[in-house]
Order: sequence, then structure tokens, then C-alpha cells
Amino acid sequence: MSLFDYTLKELQDKLHKKEITVSDLVSESYNRIQEVDGQVKAFLTLNEDAAKAKAKELDQQQESSNSILFGVPLGLKDNLVTKGLRTTCASQFLSNFDDPLYNATVVQKLQDENTVTIGKLNMDEFAMGSSNENSSYFTTRNPWNTDYVPGGSSGGSAAAVAAKEVFFSLGSDTGGSIRQPAAFCGVVGLKPTYGLVSRFGLVAFASSLDQIGPLTRTVEDNAHLLQAIVGHDQMDSTSANVEIPNYTDALSEDVKGLKIAVPSEYLQEGVAPEVKEAVLRALKVYESLGATWEEVSLPHSKYAVAAYYLLSSSEASANLARFDGVRYGVRSEKAENMLDMFKLSRSEGFGDEVKRRIMLGTFALSSGYYDAYYKKAQKVRTLIKNDFDKVFEDYDVIVGPTTPTPAFKVGEKIDDPLTMYANDILTIPVNLAGVPGMSIPCGFSSEGLPIGLQLIGKHFDESTLYRAAYAFEKATDHHKKQPALGGDR
Amino acid sequence: MSEISKEQVKHVAHLARLAITEEEVEKMTKQLGDIIEYAELLNDLDTENVEPTTHVLNLKNVMRKDNPREWINKEDALNNAPDKKDGQFRVPSILE
Repeated sequence: MSLFDYTLKELQDKLHKKEITVSDLVSESYNRIQEVDGQVKAFLTLNEDAAKAKAKELDQQQESSNSILFGVPLGLKDNLVTKGLRTTCASQFLSNFDDPLYNATVVQKLQDENTVTIGKLNMDEFAMGSSNENSSYFTTRNPWNTDYVPGGSSGGSAAAVAAKEVFFSLGSDTGGSIRQPAAFCGVVGLKPTYGLVSRFGLVAFASSLDQIGPLTRTVEDNAHLLQAIVGHDQMDSTSANVEIPNYTDALSEDVKGLKIAVPSEYLQEGVAPEVKEAVLRALKVYESLGATWEEVSLPHSKYAVAAYYLLSSSEASANLARFDGVRYGVRSEKAENMLDMFKLSRSEGFGDEVKRRIMLGTFALSSGYYDAYYKKAQKVRTLIKNDFDKVFEDYDVIVGPTTPTPAFKVGEKIDDPLTMYANDILTIPVNLAGVPGMSIPCGFSSEGLPIGLQLIGKHFDESTLYRAAYAFEKATDHHKKQPALGGDR
Repeated sequence: MSEISKEQVKHVAHLARLAITEEEVEKMTKQLGDIIEYAELLNDLDTENVEPTTHVLNLKNVMRKDNPREWINKEDALNNAPDKKDGQFRVPSILE
């Protein structure tokens, strides 16, 4: 039994009654990391001294806290800027970025709630990848079977939660980077509506698609964590100024009359039979709870991956221009003039996938090709978004698999970018449309690997996702199963 | 149109400020060619009368008052620089 098997509510109750201290919670994290992170390899940087000091400080605090997140151990994806704590984006380019000058808005918000930052979590370099194999440091492993990838790019964020090294974590999702690893690692992961969470201090990959979101072991705790990070931020000009509901109000088991749409494209060829069966079983559960479902079509789904790679790579090529070897990061020792300094620093600092995407994006934006590739992809994006709008005229939520298959083996797809990209075929359309998407555990493969159910909602309707997810979680036991890591309790 | 030449790859690398080896040019030509060929799939769609989406929400340009406030000071801003001198970033010579 780990302290992280409790819910946030239960933990706060125990803290109030002085059955446990914040220091106990923080020690739980570091002890567990000591025990299993040699296998899981989720962490790039630990914040142990500062975290233990913070825990002590919180334990001495006289007045009791109202925050449900008080003292709870948190892991952060390493593309979230943390003041004074090394932030690398899993890139060699930022291997010496030891002293970031400010906190990302989400990091600041969670510090204000008195969470305790345990460390920074591994990812695919600059969030480009679906397996964590593009980390320039090491590959995080799937806690359910360490021969398998944890997914990506927020692989460390999902693995650390599944392995109970932290209570919860934040990741970022540009084309599935929260939902896909959440599915592979059997945890709950939400990509909020574009604009709901401030991106200030998130190292940008593709600015029109990126969103930060919570990864947790239960739906209820996911709602609590989301609540703490949402809201308008004047430091992010794309941050939406909308009324924020109380997400936990949505946590009812009542889904009677809920209208579910199931896109036929999401159950077609390429989706493994056992994944399809798990989704169909989940739909049966919803039926038994009084919801109804019908098959619908998102006819432009098959164009999403191509449009996504053109758009996200184009945006990335512009965003990553800031890594010039002047203000931060690594500078090549070999450069004798300014132009060589740019070129050599970037070539030495970036990994293959990052270079490939910068090249693709630069090509798609270059004179003579802009209309044929970049603008074309933007138009296709409109068609994809219209598909979702149309379905949401008649339905409350879209349900399907998060990924076509469960986790694959480390090394299995690394040599073929296109096969790797195809893994995100069911998550990418959601980012293109800007709607919220969530992955929750819905079963296991014959090899014992988790399968994720994806729930997709209307813009800013996270509440309906939480309601649907909570009802399913209460009616099933999938989330209660635990990975059998060495030294498991 | 889906063909991409080695010369184009070198040109794009220059635009992207990447130094790439001949070996990388070879590999990149193949891989980018494959990805671009795959992207030709989009040409199946008639998008003549479709508006491009740059942004999913109907956001307008956002302005705030231009008031000075506490932020990062000069010393801190130089803290992570690979090379600095006299309170400024230092770089190799720009002119030959």
C-alpha cells in the first residue's frame, strides 16, 4: 500500500487529522523513486533538497490549508519552465539550462496551491515523438512491462504516475502527447480545450496546437488538478477568457440520456482487434448506465496525420529558431563566425527527429511551397474541425480508442518516422479541432498492457468528459489494477 | 512534385540554420521525400472554397496597457548565456 493509493480528498483528511505529514508524502515519492526509477527512468532531474525543505516548511505552517492540493508531490514534464530548476526539454541543446528565470504560469499556480515539485520528467526531445525514444538522455520504460515504451511525448509524466513515483503530474499535448502515454501506462490524462490553460512558460512546439494538461490515477483527482491550472492569463495572448465551471460538480455517476457518438473511422483497419473489443465493451457499460451510442462519421480523419505534420512542423521550425546559442543553451566550440555559430550549435544540440521536423517545416513554409503544403494543410484543418462541429450538433461526447494498439516495444518503430506518426492517428484530429480529449483506462491486452478509451468533448465542455469518465470509472475496475514493478507494495 | 532533391535539402538546411553532413543529406532526402509524398494525400481534397484555419478559437488580437512592471533584470537575463562580456551577450564576429 502506497500513500498514493489514496485520493486527494483522503490525503487532505489524513493531513488535517495529523495522521500523516507533508514530509511523509514527499518521502513516499523519493523512496519510491529510489526503489523503481532505475527500471522506469521517468526522471531527468530531481528537486530533492528543495522539496524536502518545502515539506518541512509546510508541516510547520500553523493555520490549516484550504487547498485540496496542499503538500501533494507533483512531477512536471521537462518542457515546463521552472525557476532555478534545470529545464532541458530532454534536449542536449538545453543540457546546461540550470537556472531558468521564471516559472511557467501553471507551475506558479501549483506552487501557490502548495504542491511540492518532486522533479522534472523525461519526454521526447522538444515534445516531438510518440515513444520517449527521442529523449536525448535515455528512454523511459513502461511500468507495466519495461520492454515496452511508455508512449510520448509525455512518457515520463505518465510512467511516473503509473509507477506511483509522484501523486500526479503535468504533461503537454500537441498531437496526443498526454493521451497516448496515459493510454499506454493506464492512467487518466486530459488535453484541455485549446486556450483553457495558459501556455506561458511551456517551451513551444506548435503554438496553435499545444496544451498543458493533468495526468492522474483517478478521474476525480484529474478534475481537481485541472481546476488549479485553468484560467485566463495576460502572459498568453491565446489564453481564453471564459467562465470556469467547478469541474468536480460534474463528477456524478449519472449518464442517463448521454448521447455518445462513435466515429466509424476510429474502429477501422489498423485498430487492433483487442483494442476494438475493449472499446465495444466500454460502450456496453455506458448502455447499462442509460447512455445511448450511435455510429457517426468524421470523414476527413484520414487526412489528419498529413495535415498535422505539415502544420506542427512548420510552427516548430519557427518556434525553435530561438535556439541560436546566444542567450541560453549550448554553443558550439567550433564556430568562428556568427552564421557557423547558429548552424553548428543547432546541429550539435538537436537530435535527429527535431532536425527532421525543422527541415520539413522550413520546407513547407519556403517560397514556392507555402501554398501547396502549409496553406493546403490549414484548409484541411478547417474540414477536420467542421467534422467535429457537425457531430457535436447532435451528440454530447465522442468515444473511441485513444491509440490503435497498446504500447509497442522499445526499438520497434524507431527507424520509420511514418509508422511512428501513424500511432497518433486517433489523437491528432482533436488537437486540430482544438476540442478537449481525455484518455481513461478501459482494459488490458492479452500481454497485460493497458488500453485507453478516448473521450472527446465540445469546446470548453471538460465537465461532460469528467462526468462520462467518472461514471465509467465507478462502474469498472480497470483503474484499480497496478503494474507489478519490482519491489511493489 | 513529391520529389525533393539533394540540392533542395541543402538549401532548406541553410534556411533552417542547420549544418548537415553529406550522409545526413542523403538520409534526409529520402525521409523528407517520403513524408512529403505522404502529404500529397491532401491533394485528394478539393479545398478551393475552404477558408484556412490558423486558429481554432475566434480570438482577436489582445492588447494590454503598456505599463512598466517588475520582470527580469539584466544580470539575471545574462545568467544562462554561453558567453557574455560587460553586461552583454558576446558572439563571434559577424563581419568577415
